Amino acid sequence: MNEQPNQTSSPSVEMRSGSRLERVLRSGRFAITAELNPPDSADPQAVYDAALVLAEVADAVNATDASGGNVHMSSVAICALLTRAGYEPVLQIACRDRNRIAIQGDILGAAAMGVKNILCLTGDDVSNGDQPQAKRVFDLDSIRLLRTATIMRDKGMFLSGRKLEVKPRVFLGAASNPFVQPYDWRPLRLEKKIKAGADFIQTQYCYDVPRFKKFMQQVRDMGLHEQVFILVGVGPLRSARGADFMRTRVPGVIISDEIVERLEKTPKEKQAEEGKQICIEIIQQVREIEGVAGVHVMAYRQEELVAEIIREAGLLPRPRLKVQSIPRSFEGELEMLRRQALVEE
Amino acid sequence: MSFRSWIQDHPHLLERLYQFTERVFLGLDPLWSRLGYQRTEQLIQPIEDLAKKLMFDCQICGQCILHSTGMTCSMTCPKNLRNGPCGGVRANGHCEVKPEMKCVWVEAYERSLDMPIYGQEMMVIQPPLNWELQGTSAWVNMVTGEDIKLPAGWRDDE
Repeated sequence: MNEQPNQTSSPSVEMRSGSRLERVLRSGRFAITAELNPPDSADPQAVYDAALVLAEVADAVNATDASGGNVHMSSVAICALLTRAGYEPVLQIACRDRNRIAIQGDILGAAAMGVKNILCLTGDDVSNGDQPQAKRVFDLDSIRLLRTATIMRDKGMFLSGRKLEVKPRVFLGAASNPFVQPYDWRPLRLEKKIKAGADFIQTQYCYDVPRFKKFMQQVRDMGLHEQVFILVGVGPLRSARGADFMRTRVPGVIISDEIVERLEKTPKEKQAEEGKQICIEIIQQVREIEGVAGVHVMAYRQEELVAEIIREAGLLPRPRLKVQSIPRSFEGELEMLRRQALVEE
Repeated sequence: MSFRSWIQDHPHLLERLYQFTERVFLGLDPLWSRLGYQRTEQLIQPIEDLAKKLMFDCQICGQCILHSTGMTCSMTCPKNLRNGPCGGVRANGHCEVKPEMKCVWVEAYERSLDMPIYGQEMMVIQPPLNWELQGTSAWVNMVTGEDIKLPAGWRDDE
């Protein structure tokens, strides 16, 4: 990979997609992404309400793909709604529900809708979701998905070798979970993801900063932080009980005993506030670690809280937004499409 | 079951066995081609399936990469992952999907450290599976080269 050592943002090759997220990262600024939790609704307004809050505080907004194996509005559809309104989405693709044929079609379709960032995931299993009876697909895994997307973008062809008329210009991301076994393999897996085409990484929730520091030490020793942008996953815990639920029931989330004890010692009515404080502290701690390019803030259906955390962590203002107009309703959305159509004519 | 865990605790022995089998099979190719690969498969597959089932709980994907996955069958991973562990591994190192089972990849990684011949192959990026080969003999596919045929887009032409 061509590296330019003098830049603070060393993972610097030519622009992959020119997405806002990519530009923020390549400029060396500390980036923020936030997770938008898809609604259980056919009304786009729910998407816009959540996006309105997040877009002011984040450089890009991730639309999850049936995370935890729970069905919600699809990621592709949310991203399409968001790009129409001028927002910057990150499309999440999990390998759980779709085979390679469907996924390659989605990559093209999303790019056609203006999506410029794609996060390639293996995906949580169906067994923890709301429909554990479903057939799991896993035709690809995250690494094969990454490579497939890279082939489409760089070689301009499908896996089959069939040529694309126009290549999807996308900034490709992957996940990393430094907090679960086999620990020594995690940086190697990161390396594998970089080789498969990852431009940026969003990690699992970080509730164990010492473990994360160890991981980053290995990452720096291998020089990986110069080849990929690493955004650390963070999020507020609502209560001691919530923390316990997360670490026992949500796959891949590890919360240190220290943090659970700290919440337990706090009176019940103040636990949410304490959870927020812990999150802000973790942001400030990981920010100091060499090789960390940003944070990815996640809080299930608490967009307002995400905004508060980003504000109070001193990460505002964000580089200026280029939102044309934000439709306030479905009618507003239609109106905007009509206007866009007029402009295009 | 106990045989399987005993043999799997000796990854170096296994990788040598693998290497030996591979050489024998490739070396006997003139014989197989005279016999016809289809007939070879009919003769060999029952033995292959039984041996691999006993040793690795083989899922008969027909494109064996055991040596690249710590002599641990990656198709026994409920997500059929072929490139390493997912992020759902539990705090005790067990599987997200089957809590009673140790993560296939945690085992694969540990075993690969004990494999001087093929251990490094864990870093190879494995291509998408060819589902057309499922249920066929991986040994015969190795001899004919069917198992390493890549999708045209995946190949490194540069």
